[in-house]
Parts: sequence; C-alpha cells; structure tokens
Amino acid sequence: MADLDMGVATPTGTLPTFRTRNLTKVYRTGDVEVHALRGVDLDIGESEIVALLGPSGSGKSSLLNIIGGLDTPSDGEVFFRDLNLTTLSAAGLTRYRRDNVGFVFQFYNLIPSLTARENVELVTELAKNPMRPEEALDLVDLSNRLDHFPAQLSGGEQQRVAIARAVAKRPKVLLCDEPTGALDSETGVLVLEVIERVNRELGTTCALITHNASIAAMGDRIVRFFDGQIASDVRNASRRPPREIEW
Amino acid sequence: MLDRKMLRDLRRLWSQVLAIALVMASGIAVFVMALTTMRNLEETRDAYYERYRFPDVFAHVKRAPESLVARLAAIPGVNAVAPRVVVDVNLDVPGMSEPASARLVSLPRRGAPLLNDLFLQVGRLPAPRAPDEMVAAAAFAEAHALQTGDAIGAIINGRKRTLTMVGIAQSPEFLYTIPPGTLMPDNRHFGILWLGHDALASAYDLSGAFNDVSLSVQRGVPVDDVIAAVDRLLAPYGGIGAYARKYQTSDFFLSGEIDELKLMARSIPAIFLAVAAFLLNIVVSRLIATEREQVGLLKAVGYGSTAVGLHYLKLVFVVVLVATVVGSAVGTYLAGVMTNIYGEFFDFPLLLKQVHGAVLSLAITVGVVAGLVGGVTAVWRAVQLPPAEAMRSPAPTAYYKGWFDFLGIARLLRAPGRMVIRHLTRWPFRSALTSLGIAMAVALLVSALHWLDSIEMLIEVQFERQARQDITLTFVEPLSASAMTDVAALPGVLAVEPYRAVPTMLRAGHRSRREAIIGLRAVNDLSRVLDTNLRPIVLPKQGLVLSSTLAEALAVSAGDIVSVEVLEARRTRADVRVAEVIESYVGAPAYMEIATLNALLREGPQISGANLIVDGFKIDALYDRIKTTPMIAGTALLSEAVRPLRETLAETITIMVTFYVGFASVIAFGVVYNSARISLSERARVGCDAGVGFLAR
Ligand SMILES: Nc1ncnc2c1ncn2[C@@H]1O[C@H](COP(=O)(O)OP(=O)(O)OP(=O)(O)O)[C@@H](O)[C@H]1O
Ligand SMILES: [Mg+2]
Repeated sequence: MADLDMGVATPTGTLPTFRTRNLTKVYRTGDVEVHALRGVDLDIGESEIVALLGPSGSGKSSLLNIIGGLDTPSDGEVFFRDLNLTTLSAAGLTRYRRDNVGFVFQFYNLIPSLTARENVELVTELAKNPMRPEEALDLVDLSNRLDHFPAQLSGGEQQRVAIARAVAKRPKVLLCDEPTGALDSETGVLVLEVIERVNRELGTTCALITHNASIAAMGDRIVRFFDGQIASDVRNASRRPPREIEW
Repeated sequence: MLDRKMLRDLRRLWSQVLAIALVMASGIAVFVMALTTMRNLEETRDAYYERYRFPDVFAHVKRAPESLVARLAAIPGVNAVAPRVVVDVNLDVPGMSEPASARLVSLPRRGAPLLNDLFLQVGRLPAPRAPDEMVAAAAFAEAHALQTGDAIGAIINGRKRTLTMVGIAQSPEFLYTIPPGTLMPDNRHFGILWLGHDALASAYDLSGAFNDVSLSVQRGVPVDDVIAAVDRLLAPYGGIGAYARKYQTSDFFLSGEIDELKLMARSIPAIFLAVAAFLLNIVVSRLIATEREQVGLLKAVGYGSTAVGLHYLKLVFVVVLVATVVGSAVGTYLAGVMTNIYGEFFDFPLLLKQVHGAVLSLAITVGVVAGLVGGVTAVWRAVQLPPAEAMRSPAPTAYYKGWFDFLGIARLLRAPGRMVIRHLTRWPFRSALTSLGIAMAVALLVSALHWLDSIEMLIEVQFERQARQDITLTFVEPLSASAMTDVAALPGVLAVEPYRAVPTMLRAGHRSRREAIIGLRAVNDLSRVLDTNLRPIVLPKQGLVLSSTLAEALAVSAGDIVSVEVLEARRTRADVRVAEVIESYVGAPAYMEIATLNALLREGPQISGANLIVDGFKIDALYDRIKTTPMIAGTALLSEAVRPLRETLAETITIMVTFYVGFASVIAFGVVYNSARISLSERARVGCDAGVGFLAR
C-alpha cells in the first residue's frame, strides 16, 4: 500500500508537503468540456501558509479539492510528501483525508442537526490523536457556545466551529477555501487569526484561497491563478498578522 | 455522533417516515394476517381431524353385509373401518311449513364412533334401545334453536317418526354442509342427525349390513391402492366408488378456503411492499439530495462511503422496524379476528390460535428485502458521489422545453402551470411511479368494491338466468320417466322439468375429477345451460358439455375425449367426446342431453329428480305432500337459498372489503403525502416560488 512507504527512504523534512506535476482537470457536462486546470506544477513546503489568489473560475478550488483528496485529476500527479494521491482508490483517499487533511469551506458546512461540540466530535471520533472537542473550541474562543446548534450561531461563530472541527484532529495540512468569503471583515479577521495561530503553534501547512489581495498578505507565499494555470508565485518575506488586515 | 444526527433527523422527518412505515406495515399486516389465519386453520383442521379421527377413504354402497368389514380391515395399510348407515330423509320441523331435509347417520351400537367421532356439545348420545332419540348437528340445532327434549318429525322409509333430540354434536365430517342442489350451507333447511345404528338399519332393511363405510389408512400407505382394494371388495354389493379426502365435500370446501388465503397471502402484500419500497426509494433519495452537502462533508472529513451509506440505511432500518413491528402486531390481531370468523363459519369445536414464529420471521424478511430494495439503491447512488461534487450545491435541474411546449399547451398556461408541467415531464419516471402508487391504491379499492358487485352478478346469473326453478326435488333413487306425471300432479306445480344426475369420475390423461354429470332435456326453461354470453344453449344430441372450470381441471377442450366412469351400482365406463365448453360461475358442472345420458348408462328413460315452478298460493299444500312422499329424498328451495348465500357472503366480504379499503387508503395517503412533502422540500430549496411572489399571493 502506498501509505506504507511514507517517509521510509527520505526524511519527511526534506520533501515538500505537496508536489503537483502537470496537474490537469477537465470537467465534462454533456458535450461541454471545461478545462479547470491546465498543467499545474506547484510545491507547497512544510508549515507554509500559501495564499491562492485568482479570478473566479481560474481553478483554485479545483486544485484545492484535488490536493485535499476530494477529487481526482484528469491528468498529472499529486504527491502528499511521498504518497502519490493519484494511485489511491476511493477508500485510500478517504483514509488520506481522515488522517491528514482539515478542510474549511466558504459556507462552513456544519451539520445543522448537531451542536458545535458534536460537529467537532464528528471528526475527533475518527482521528488517531485528536484534541478534546472542548479544547478545539476553546482555541477558537467558543467555549461558551459548546451546546449551540449551527442555526443559533452567527456566521463568524459557525466558521470558527468549522475551523475547530478542521484542526481538532491535528491535521498535517489545513485547506481553506475562501474561509472569510461570507463574513464581514471584523469577523473574518478573527477567523484568519485562528488559522494563523494553528499554523504557528502546530506547524500545520496551510493553503488558503482568497479573492482578496490584502488577505493574501498573511501568507508565506502568494500564488496567482489565471485560467487554470499559475500566473505568478511570489514569496512574501514578512507575513502580515491578520489583525492588521482590513478589507 | 452519526447516530445522534440520525435521531434528530428522525424527529424532523417522523411524519414522512411514519407514512412510509404505515404503507409497508399494511403490506406486512395483510401478509401476516393471511398466513397466520391459514396456518391457524390448517392446524385447527389437522388437530380436529386427528382428535376426532377423520377418515382417509370414503365409500358408499347399496347394501353390504357386516361380514365384509373384516375383509376391508384386512386390506394392507388400513387402520380402522367404520361401517354405517347413511340416508337422506325429509323432515317435518314444527312451525316451519316448507320441508327441510336431513342426512341421518348411524352411530355404532356401543361406544364412540371408530372414525368421525362426535364432539358432543350438549346432552348425550342416543340410548342403545331408544330408536327415536337423535343427536343433531350444532349448526342445524342452532338454526332452529333446538333444546334437548325437542322433537322433530322425519319421514323414515315412508313412515313418519318423531325424533327427540338428546344432544347436540359436531363432527369433522360435516364442517361444511351444503344441501344437495344448492351452493351454500343452509342450516335451516338441511342438517345432520345421528341416530342409533339399529334404529336406522331396521328401518331401511339394513340389519346386519351397511351402506356407507369410511376407513383410515396408515401413514405412508398410498391411499389410491387402498381405494382400489375397497372398490374391488364393494363392487359386488353396489359400491359406487370409494374416494379420498380431497373429494369429501366438507374437506373440499375447507381446503378451498385455505388455498384462497394462501393466494391472498401471496398477491396482496406484494402490492403494498412494492409501493413501500418505491416510497422509501423516493424519500431516501430526496432526503439525501437535500443533505448533499452533509454527505459531502462527512466524506470530506474522512467517513467512507460505507459509513455514510450505513448512516442513511439506519433510516431505512427504522422504517422497516416500525413497519414490521406494527405490521406483525396488527396482522396477528387481525389473524385472530379472521380465525374467529372462520371458526364460526366452519363451526370448529376447537380453535388453535397461535403466533407463528415462521410467519413472523418471513414477514420480517419480506419487510427487510423491500426496505433494502427501496433503500439501498437510493443510498448507494447518493453515497457514490465524489465528495467535491457533493459539496457543491447541485446545478439547477436542467429543464427542457418538452412536447407540451411544441403542442402549444405551455402558452395556454400561466407560469405556475408551466412549472408544474415541466416538473412532471422533467421527472417522468418519478411522476409515473407516484401515479402508479395511487393507481394501485385505487385498483385495490375498485377490486374490493368489485367483489360486492360480482357477488350480486353471481346471484343474478345463478338464480335468474340459470337455475330459474323454485324447487328442486331429488328422488331417493332414480325413477322411471313416468314419475314426471306424478310430480306434475302434485298440488300447485305449474311446470316440471326432469333431470338425471349421475356421480362419475371423469378422466383425461392422468387428470381426473369426481363430478356429477347432469342430464337435462335439450331445451330447458328452468335449469338452463348458459354459454359464455349467458345465453341458453341447446344441449347437443351427442357428447358432453363441460364448464370451463372442469375443462381446465381436466386440460381438455371441445373435441377432446374424456373417459367417464359411472359411480353407481352399475359401474359402466365410456369414452365421451367434449361437445362444448361453457361458462359457469358456480361449481364445475358437466351436462349431457338426458336421453344420451340414459343411453350411456344403458338404462331406460330414468330421472333423478325434477325442477319445478310452483304456484305460491298452493305452496303449503305442496310442502305437505312433499313431506309425506317417501320417494322424495330432498327438496332444495332455491328462493330460500339466496338469503343464506347473501348473508354468509355479505359477512365475510364486508370484513374483507373493510380491510382492503382501509389498506388502500393507507397506500394513497402514503404516496400523496410523501410526494407533497418531497415537492415542498424541493421548492423550499429552490426558494424561488415565494421569492418571485407566486405563493405570496
Ligand atoms: N463539477 C464541475 N462541473 C463542471 N465544471 C466545473 C465543475 N467544477 C468547476 N467547474 C468549472 O471549472 C472551472 C474552475 O472552477 P473552480 O471552482 O476551480 O474555480 P475557482 O477558481 O475556485 O472559482 P471561484 O473563485 O469562483 O470559486 C470553472 O470554469 C468552473 O465552472
Ligand atoms: Mg472556488
């Protein structure tokens, strides 16, 4: 099995967390073909925050879905460390997601019939070395909202629950698809702070999709997409603390 | 945690879940009811037969000496032999002007009958030296509210005797007693009376002899071999063919009832379960569709397809659980009701009512299978979706302009109407299934109500078109055709038609049926033979006319040859061509032109009885004469036969129709309710109707 080879030959430190080669994604609906990714080569290093920028439809979500194991590419390869995701079966991808990946989505995607604590437990139940749900919710300052249902929480609170859920299992990578897209800037800052803190304290590698150039400034690197390809890839010498970001 | 989610989902969806569960429960209830009733009846019958020693072989004979009993007992495989005297007589019941008839059955001189034991409800058996004491069958005693000590007049071998009832009994032999010439039990005009052996034997010159014998056969011994041996022994004494249980009238009807239940257990629940499976499929599919993102999320955070699938299958499981529990409970309760009805109808002295584990486990299996068929496909399809796909809210359904647009119908409708039609045509399969579900409910309803009509139709055909006589007389034995003149001379008789009825065994290939051939004149006005269009036919000069039921049982059609073995004292055998096949709603009769039948029997013009039209004003005088005419063994009053027929059928059928109407309503409700809920939840998702302002108005 592919994941048995993990880190046997080379110390993981020298490998990038993600490495994509000629990554291509074509969607077919009926007779229409949409080329979402046209040969993307991208390395994401350990403990980096990579901000992904680009116009709508440029393929950011497609990329994130593929490296997160939610979708499979049409062509090319993706490695997580030395695990080739393209060779994994559906069950293998499920295991990969369960053990390594935390997701944060634009629309929070909480289970409406479960409380904040239960939404986090949903993930910690599966994980090998999770935080306690209360601990994870404390990390996002929601200790006083443990037993609220999503409908009883504000958008920002819901998104922080989603982050708590994503980080509670101590994932190796945190993939955030426009986590602040539905939030006002003040609430958004709170959410970004949590992401930044997780990266700083747990060393979690983060990929962060945003439409907003000023948010991108909190990343170690800023990768711009255009029409399914990387338009630019810039290193950001000084990460901007989320507190100082405004939009 | 997923289980907690399921519980909360269930609380939200309980009404829909309950609606499906009820439809499914109905199917399971009918299934459990029919199967349990069937089992109860079978077990009751078997227990009754065993405890009261119901024989395996029956035979009638003109007069056989008692010395023959030992030789019958010596037939290999025979357990017990019970010789009897059995005769049909006319009764004179106090306070009833019309004649009733009875079958008198002799009891052994000492002790209980070896076979066909009596269950004595009330009183005692006749004393050995009391020739005028009798025990009456419970049904007859009940119909006349007889008490022990009451007296009834009987014309025994031409002499009127007064019999005193000393007891009321039941016997496995007469669970179902139909008077000769009619269709349904008529306990007022026909009954069974048991008398002491000597009383009957001496009256009919059968001292030291018997005219009826039944035998029980050891398990594992072929009954047919015993029958053949019995026939050989009885033939010289006027044996008219021994027969097995399945030809015994009472057992024939009881087994027929049980077979009908079996059929019902098979067909009706299938409808319910199909509808339930289909509802389940739709509801689960739609539920998962509204929870697409949640499915996607669960998969995204690392739940496998199986885990997510099982999560939704628990919903299916809850439906199946509720359905099987409710269905089994209701079914078992209804089975109790049904068993009681049958118990009353057949007058069982004992009634075994049980919960049958095998039936319940079968019901559970059937429920689970329906649940899996309905649920698993829906769940599986949804869960296979890649998580990235599931997380995206589904693209707006692609609607197309359809045939209704091209036909210009669309332009005639306002926007909401167009939406409805596009919705229907966009999901033709689902729309069709919904219609199908409702159609099934209506079909069930119609067929239930149709029963009532068909009974009326049957009665109309049987009594207004086919058997139009007022009275059918049966002679003790065939008389010369000149007896017609005597019958015509009876008071009040307006029209007479003769008939000849001969018990026969009909064979074609390896199939056989015991059935009387009825000989009638070529053209009849009273007892008419009707073709498929219910028009009277002229009986052909040659050949047999078979009812379609009989033709099917023998697998023959017009032009085929049937071998006819006459089961009368003179055993003749002949091959006869089937001249015509006709429709018959009652029984499975066979007809022949009377002179042709006489010729086949190698006898002169003889008749077994006559059909009469009588003058209502002189009926009492006629009845009086009939009661005192020894040659008349039986009198079937057809006008009197309709009432008990209607009553019995009405009772059973009203109950059945009530069940079916109830169940049909459940189906219709389940389908409509679920479709409505699904449509509403889809509209809610799209949220456009209200937004655009259609609903606001
Ligand atoms: N399931 C799909 N089927 C068909 N086309 C798709 C599908 N998913 C994405 N696309 C198309 O692929 C292209 C890239 O989509 P993607 O979601 O990756 O863009 P994005 O950069 O995330 O855009 P946005 O900023 O709007 O989220 C788009 O043109 C989109 O329409
Ligand atoms: Mg996107």
